[in-house]
Amino acid sequence: MKKISTLFAAAALVLFAAFTEGGYKVGDKAADFKLKNVDNKMVAMADYKDAKGIIVVFTCNHCPFAKKYESRIMDLDKKMKAKGFPVVAISPNDPNVEPDDSFENMQKLAKAKGYTFPYLIDETQNVAKEYGATKTPHVYVLEKQKDASYVVKYIGAIDDNSDDASAVKEKYVENAVNNILAGKPVTPDFTKAIGCGIKWKKS
Amino acid sequence: MKVVFKITVVAFLFAFVCIGKKVDVVTFGQLQEQAALKNNDTLYVVNFWATWCGPCVKEMPFFEESSKIFANQKVKIMFVCLNSVKEVAGVERFVKAKKIQNEVFLLNETNPNNWIDRVDGTWSGLIPATVMYKGGEEVFFKEGDFTQVQLDETITNMNKTIINNIDQK
Repeated sequence: MKKISTLFAAAALVLFAAFTEGGYKVGDKAADFKLKNVDNKMVAMADYKDAKGIIVVFTCNHCPFAKKYESRIMDLDKKMKAKGFPVVAISPNDPNVEPDDSFENMQKLAKAKGYTFPYLIDETQNVAKEYGATKTPHVYVLEKQKDASYVVKYIGAIDDNSDDASAVKEKYVENAVNNILAGKPVTPDFTKAIGCGIKWKKS
Repeated sequence: MKVVFKITVVAFLFAFVCIGKKVDVVTFGQLQEQAALKNNDTLYVVNFWATWCGPCVKEMPFFEESSKIFANQKVKIMFVCLNSVKEVAGVERFVKAKKIQNEVFLLNETNPNNWIDRVDGTWSGLIPATVMYKGGEEVFFKEGDFTQVQLDETITNMNKTIINNIDQK
């Protein structure tokens, strides 16, 4: 009987995993992760004791679209870290599919650009799957709750103009953080952008 | 022998000039008029790509091949490039170099939030992405790339299903 219930539980888990494949929606709790940073140290959300929230950015080396946003992600960290919302960048791509996104190349890029935020590798791709990230760049703004858990407040693009940072009309992520800090609702809390598909492992 | 060589060179140059169509810069509204709003029995296959997108560039020859395979059927394939409008010259060079025969449009829109959902609500924005229309209605959408077999099967199926629907009316 015990075996059957265990099997049942396992099946339920599998089903649950299948149904939640769509990833996080605004309002969902975001689970913590522990991933390797370019300095070889592990980074978890729980490490950010004093943060009011975290800006999780799925990005990568190779994607020309992500490249257009490189300096804007750096600016975002400089500006928002002071307000309690640091950037945590995660590369979800499989280096076997896209060699430019190898850990060594991530280290090189972070060093060359002088990244002021962690640049983590999601080797199992489980974090990207859990979040429901599909492309790079893909941003999740998380707000820390009183019980130190994190809630998703915004999902989408960094701003409304990938081509030209100077022609941006709406800075979605900045606005989201400012609204959270002001205790106002985040609008829009979900946006879309063109991007490179995540390079999933070939099964 | 020399003459043959000269003719070959001239023919080659001529072919090079003719092959590779001009890239039309369009707004999203203008693009819709090219495919989504066409109320006829042609299947419109619209592929979103960019020169910087590896998987897109890789699958473009499949679409070119499909347009040959379905040449005698009412199937129209078109490419919609999502490079920046500023890069139109580069896109034209690319289209020419790859000898692309299907029509190529360059989308003149800056904010994807104004049009991504109007293509398909489930589109996250990653490319490549392909949408198909028939009779003024969306019949298929997929984000991600195709193999040649998948693409040909999809075109065959989408073409069939809707013809049946029209017949029933």
